[in-house]
Amino acid sequence: MLAEAWRAMGANRLRSFLTMLGMMIGVAAVIMMLAIGRGAQFVVDQSIASMGSNLFIILSGSATSGGLRLGSGAIPTLTTGDADAIAELPSVAAVAPVAPGSAQLVAGPANWSTQVMGTTPAYLDVRDWQVQSGYAFSNAEVRSQARVALLGRTVVTNLFGDEDPVGKTIRIKGSPFTVIGVLAPKGQSLDGRDQDDTVLIPVTTAQRKVFGSQFPGSVRFIMAQAVSAAAMPAAQREMTELLRQRHHLPERADNDFDVRNLTALADAAAQTARVMSIMLGAIASVSLLVGGIGIMNIMLVSVTERTREIGIRVAIGARKRDILAQFLLEAMILSLIGCVIGVVLGIGAAVMANLVAKIAVVITGTAVLLAFGVAAAVGVFFGFYPARKAATLKPIEALRYQ
Amino acid sequence: MADAPLIRIEHLHKQYETEAGAVPVLNDVNLVVRRSEFVAIMGPSGSGKSTFMNILGCLDLPSSGKYFLDGEDVDTLDADQLARLRNKVIGFVFQGFNLLPRATVAENVALPLIYAGLERRERARKAEELLAQVGLAQFGRYAPSQISGGQQQRVAIARALACDPRLILADEPTGNLDMKTSHEVMDVFRRLNENGITIVLVTHEADIATYAKRLVRFRDGRITHDGAVSGTAIAGVES
Repeated sequence: MLAEAWRAMGANRLRSFLTMLGMMIGVAAVIMMLAIGRGAQFVVDQSIASMGSNLFIILSGSATSGGLRLGSGAIPTLTTGDADAIAELPSVAAVAPVAPGSAQLVAGPANWSTQVMGTTPAYLDVRDWQVQSGYAFSNAEVRSQARVALLGRTVVTNLFGDEDPVGKTIRIKGSPFTVIGVLAPKGQSLDGRDQDDTVLIPVTTAQRKVFGSQFPGSVRFIMAQAVSAAAMPAAQREMTELLRQRHHLPERADNDFDVRNLTALADAAAQTARVMSIMLGAIASVSLLVGGIGIMNIMLVSVTERTREIGIRVAIGARKRDILAQFLLEAMILSLIGCVIGVVLGIGAAVMANLVAKIAVVITGTAVLLAFGVAAAVGVFFGFYPARKAATLKPIEALRYQ
Repeated sequence: MADAPLIRIEHLHKQYETEAGAVPVLNDVNLVVRRSEFVAIMGPSGSGKSTFMNILGCLDLPSSGKYFLDGEDVDTLDADQLARLRNKVIGFVFQGFNLLPRATVAENVALPLIYAGLERRERARKAEELLAQVGLAQFGRYAPSQISGGQQQRVAIARALACDPRLILADEPTGNLDMKTSHEVMDVFRRLNENGITIVLVTHEADIATYAKRLVRFRDGRITHDGAVSGTAIAGVES
């Protein structure tokens, strides 16, 4: 049976090839689109993971001075004391106050301007950030206002090149700091900022020795991590109540701070990527459908052309189901071969897109199996009608057909 | 069943429904063919002999009347059972040979064996045997287009013999052949008949009909003559 189907296709190579071409393009398109969709999803997921999970950012409030409303963080209402109090809440896993500022860094002949973040060791937990070499500063070093710094990968590259900076001294706004560690690279954030272009120093050191402040102990924002995704609403409520209490806000007064759920933003981004992925797949599926119709078309022509052959087969004892099986088999072989080549083409195109256009692609086994399964189903589905037509031909008419 | 005639036809009618109304093709045909007979059917075109052959071959069904093949009432059989009869009991030989052009000679011969459910190796062995029987042992790998018409018809006969049928139906098997090859092909039929296979043959050539032992003449959908082959009987057809 198989050999016969093979010969029937071999008898019309160009036509068989063109039929398969439809299938090939369909499958290749599905695989490539899914790979690109998944790739986009993967990039978003990675950015989200690099941000840290179950995250809140608490910004100090806006101020109104002389009818002029200033934005969030305009007045320093948050303090390290607030951060310490939030850390006591049961729904909160880790809290890090952050006092950021930009500063010029100098190391030997090299210099670099970057964001310097005064914070506590908890910041690394909140952001789920590892120290690649050296070590992180401790709470003791925070208390003693030590002049120690953790450098992000981009800063290391710009100041030290390939050298190991641990143990070296850099100057931040002129004051010397000892580099005690290098942070593991994190890549881009969701909004495209380079997260590795940063320096972490103890928050106390930042407040008193680098940036200074007319409000002692104030921080620009606090990052807090809830114990779980389920605990996020509770954490938000508890933090808001606690801060209102600590800031002695009367019943009617607006909050002088702003608690924002960062994870919700990330979820929206992830959702967008997912929708895009599905849409790309759906568009590509249309070409699979067109490929299937191509198969049906050719099989119908083939049935008409081979009417006499069908008549002969019936005359020598073929049953309806034998004829049905024969033509169905041919349709399936056409679609399966097209499919296999399509898978190879699709993977090849995805890899090319990755290498040439630098598009992130993720090829998953499920995507390949899905494309393959759908193609096989399309082969059967669109092969069935012509095969049935062949099987129900009247033998005497088929034999008389020229 | 062994005593039953191979073919028994009683009051067979066949008409085709057309837009202009029913067109009768066969009218009250009665015929009994016993095992090992060699029957020639003659008649002018339009006399209904081709339709009759189609009904004999279970490719078409009568409008009314009874057809018993090998003791079985064909009317009561379903499509699969009819296919089995065509496969195992009947062997067809056509005027135009009807070989599959893309398959080799041996594959053509083995074709009915696929539907009989034989293994590939068994099929190849049997095809070789059958080709030897019709004197074409060395042509197995040829394409049908590479051999002569007479050889093609012998291939078709080998194919008809594949499942050891009891009945061979030949519809003008020599119609496309010259005199010499016609007689070669008819010799094959005669030998098969001597080995006990029943043969029903349609022809309009008098000297081909002389190979048969019994002559049936059709005219206007009826049997007008049924008897031994003789010069006058054949001449009657020719007139």
